[in-house]
Amino acid sequence: MNDYLRKYKNLMMLIVFIVATIIALVPLFGVLGYVVKNGLSALNLQFFINLPKAMGLPGGGMANAIVGTLIMVLIASVIGIPIGILAAIYLTEYDRNSWLSTAVRFATDVLTGIPSIIVGIVIYTAVVLKMGNFSALAGGLALAVIMIPLIIRSTEEMLKLVSHSIREAGYALGISKGKTIMRIVLPTAAKGIITGAMLAVARVAGETAPLLFTALGNQYWSRSLNEPTASLPVQIFQYATSPYKEWHQLAWAGSLVLILIVIVINLVARFAFRSRSI
Amino acid sequence: MIKKRRLTTSLGDKTLRLLTLLMAVSVLVLMAWMGWKMFDAARPSIQKFGFSFITGRTWDPVKEQFGALPFIYGTLVTSLLALLLAAPIGLGVAIFLNEMAESKFRAVVGFLVEMLAAIPSVVYGLWGIFVLAPWLRQTVEPGLAKWFGFIPLFQGTPVGFGMLAGGLILAVMILPTIAAISREVMAAVPNMQREAALALGATKWEMIRVAVLPYAKSGIMGGIMLGLGRALGETMAVTMVIGNRPDILPSLFAPAYSMAAVIANEFTEATYDLYLSALVEIGLILFGITLVLNFFARLLVWSVARGPKGGNLV
Repeated sequence: MNDYLRKYKNLMMLIVFIVATIIALVPLFGVLGYVVKNGLSALNLQFFINLPKAMGLPGGGMANAIVGTLIMVLIASVIGIPIGILAAIYLTEYDRNSWLSTAVRFATDVLTGIPSIIVGIVIYTAVVLKMGNFSALAGGLALAVIMIPLIIRSTEEMLKLVSHSIREAGYALGISKGKTIMRIVLPTAAKGIITGAMLAVARVAGETAPLLFTALGNQYWSRSLNEPTASLPVQIFQYATSPYKEWHQLAWAGSLVLILIVIVINLVARFAFRSRSI
Repeated sequence: MIKKRRLTTSLGDKTLRLLTLLMAVSVLVLMAWMGWKMFDAARPSIQKFGFSFITGRTWDPVKEQFGALPFIYGTLVTSLLALLLAAPIGLGVAIFLNEMAESKFRAVVGFLVEMLAAIPSVVYGLWGIFVLAPWLRQTVEPGLAKWFGFIPLFQGTPVGFGMLAGGLILAVMILPTIAAISREVMAAVPNMQREAALALGATKWEMIRVAVLPYAKSGIMGGIMLGLGRALGETMAVTMVIGNRPDILPSLFAPAYSMAAVIANEFTEATYDLYLSALVEIGLILFGITLVLNFFARLLVWSVARGPKGGNLV
């Protein structure tokens, strides 16, 4: 093949890859554009302080859904983050190569690929049926199950970046292994671990499927953690699939709020805590 | 020896070690427990219908008849369509970002592609209902019917809500997965490979084709399989645009149903135990498929990104 043809082919392929990248970004701006456009026009103060109104009435809000999402994400974080970090400590600090660690690592990877609606089913049969009602607790638990493998993965990556000489310095000073981990290794990797945890929070905050039959949803305020609880994603789903125009508007506004939450968390996590030099 | 004793005897140390071990093992327990819980709840349906559950085409809760084939069909068609669209584009994005783009550009575009994965599924669904489906109904589907109408895939009334909409939205959602994994494995290709190819006078594309892609091939396959896994289990966006009709029709324009969608729609309405059990069995099938798929996909990705270098497992 002559050189001219090779160079021509090279150029063509490079253009193909650039076009692929542009195509990939079109839906991002398409979705964001429509959500901002339709969401902004429906967003107002009432959205944040009012309860949903009956169909057809203007002026309803999603205050209970916003609070419900915050509560369930909080429950999930309280359960999922410590479990995930501790498991990751085992995988990096105590036992890097055994068959057990490999199995746990592999199971973690596989778990991240399990559809989230499956988690909803499992928590429904295990928790909702046992307790006899849908609840924020069950919803939070379902989100925690989704969070755990994400936290393990990100924390493990960060702990692996901590150089061995730092650990050895600890041992050389006669500090026990446990203290070395808690006082030296973890703080060194803290930024990265927090970044990973925030990304996991952003991820579960937008989850709908696992909440459908665990937290269910609620048109009113929930008075305890043991009651059906509204959440932003489930509310958006219900409004979007309803036939009422007012509710569609609220769904767009809710999506804008949800996307803002997710993007802000992502940006803060990536840029405020970006320094990964350890 | 003194150091060794001090390192292992303190009570706090032992507790921490035990605690972390427990949490690590809990992941394995969690996975086994999930499988067991699903199987247990699906048992009445499995016993009643046996294999005919998968081959049956009638889903009629009123008559207690449950055949899941329409859902399996809808899930497979939309996922394969998504894969067909997203795999080449995702790979193209990965090649562009890893091999061509300058580092600043790479960071920004890489972030944007990751943002595609961060947009919640329900928001894609909302967009699908009010933007994508009307566009398909008015523009794309009539156009496809006009030019390719001789193929059964593109026949029938343009509805907007159907397998085409489901496949398109899934393609958008799995693209970042395929791109991210492909980037990860391509980054694991040693630079020596690239330099060797360039030193022999290869153009950039020839370098990619000869040195990068063959090395990363199995990992890229793994990434595509992970994307497929994500498409199979994706629930909300598909539920909102697929049309939710349990029929098996050849046209991509036709409304259909997916496994995850029927669970999402009917689970809380399942009025008797067998109905619920049948829905759980669909979940169990989905769980089984994604488990196997993820298992092999991870093996492939590991073989490239972790295996040869061994750095991470040492």
